Amino acid sequence: MASMDLVLYEEEIHLLEEVLQRLRHDSNARAVFLIDKYGQQMASEGEIENFDTTSLASLTAGNVAATDSLARLIGEREFSVLFHEGERDHIHISIVGKRAILLVIFDERSSLGLVRLRVKRASGEFDKIFETMAEKAVAGAPRPGSAPTPFSEITDDDIDALFSD
Amino acid sequence: MTFINYAAKEINCKIVYYGPGLGGKTTNLQYIYSKTSPEAKGKMISLATETDRTLFFDFLPLDLGTIRGFTTRFHLYTVPGQVFYDASRKLILKGADGVIFVADSQKERMESNVESIRNLETNLKQHGLDLAVLPYALQFNKRDLANAMPTDELYRVLNYKREPTFEAIAPNGKGVFDTLKSVAKQILVELRKR
Repeated sequence: MASMDLVLYEEEIHLLEEVLQRLRHDSNARAVFLIDKYGQQMASEGEIENFDTTSLASLTAGNVAATDSLARLIGEREFSVLFHEGERDHIHISIVGKRAILLVIFDERSSLGLVRLRVKRASGEFDKIFETMAEKAVAGAPRPGSAPTPFSEITDDDIDALFSD
Repeated sequence: MTFINYAAKEINCKIVYYGPGLGGKTTNLQYIYSKTSPEAKGKMISLATETDRTLFFDFLPLDLGTIRGFTTRFHLYTVPGQVFYDASRKLILKGADGVIFVADSQKERMESNVESIRNLETNLKQHGLDLAVLPYALQFNKRDLANAMPTDELYRVLNYKREPTFEAIAPNGKGVFDTLKSVAKQILVELRKR
């Protein structure tokens, strides 16, 4: 089960954030989020203070998971893009690097066409970053700040302290 | 699937409440929500029908404090218990770090409990997870009801791997935090081993 863990180091977060920043700027979006398929937020850029980002991440992952199942029910592998249109704000959701979800929130300052175009370009960059991450994980290469892991030193007292009300 | 973010110094884990319909999974979360200080919790989300039956999931993010400099966050989810929502149940289990099974102590619900544990085992397998090694706790809920079965009988039928078991009355909180703590601890102990 350990192999399923997602570990993000600072260098990787910075790379992901750079792409997100560019995407937000180029697409004129209100906010952009990178979310793990299991519902955890990995990185974000833009007007994030206006959103409940934890709920957004969880509901987006639920939405994608439900839509994936719907796709399989009709014989599709997945629906790679989802679009929700509101009166003022709209949401564009796509899968990047097989394991992450890219969420773009935009309003009348942008357009669906522009968002789609910019998302396509950013997706290629995310794919490359995730591929490199996967290769490093398989190779088990030592990572800066990764050894020894701070968790191997967790004591029973540390754990108990979390639960002392 | 634990998510460790070294940049933000965060550990994020997912705990899923499983069990038969009307067993008290949502009530567990509601009690935790009501007793947690505002700074330690996020918004509780319930995707429910008009009659308050869970349709997709309930979600409650909890912040337990820091451990070795890392903020420790648990995302609690419930599954819809009703038999016909199996496709949704399967989705929620994806990436679970631990499971709490909320059993209904009433004699009439015994068959549903057994069926639900079997269903849990099957659905976990489809995600490559094994209940035999996954952090897990069993809760006997509704202990206050007149038709509740004796706990030793419940244990004999529902115990899967000698997991920690707790008696509970979810609406007034009895056993609710003890069950949660048990699975959260097991998850952190697992993390230490890696």
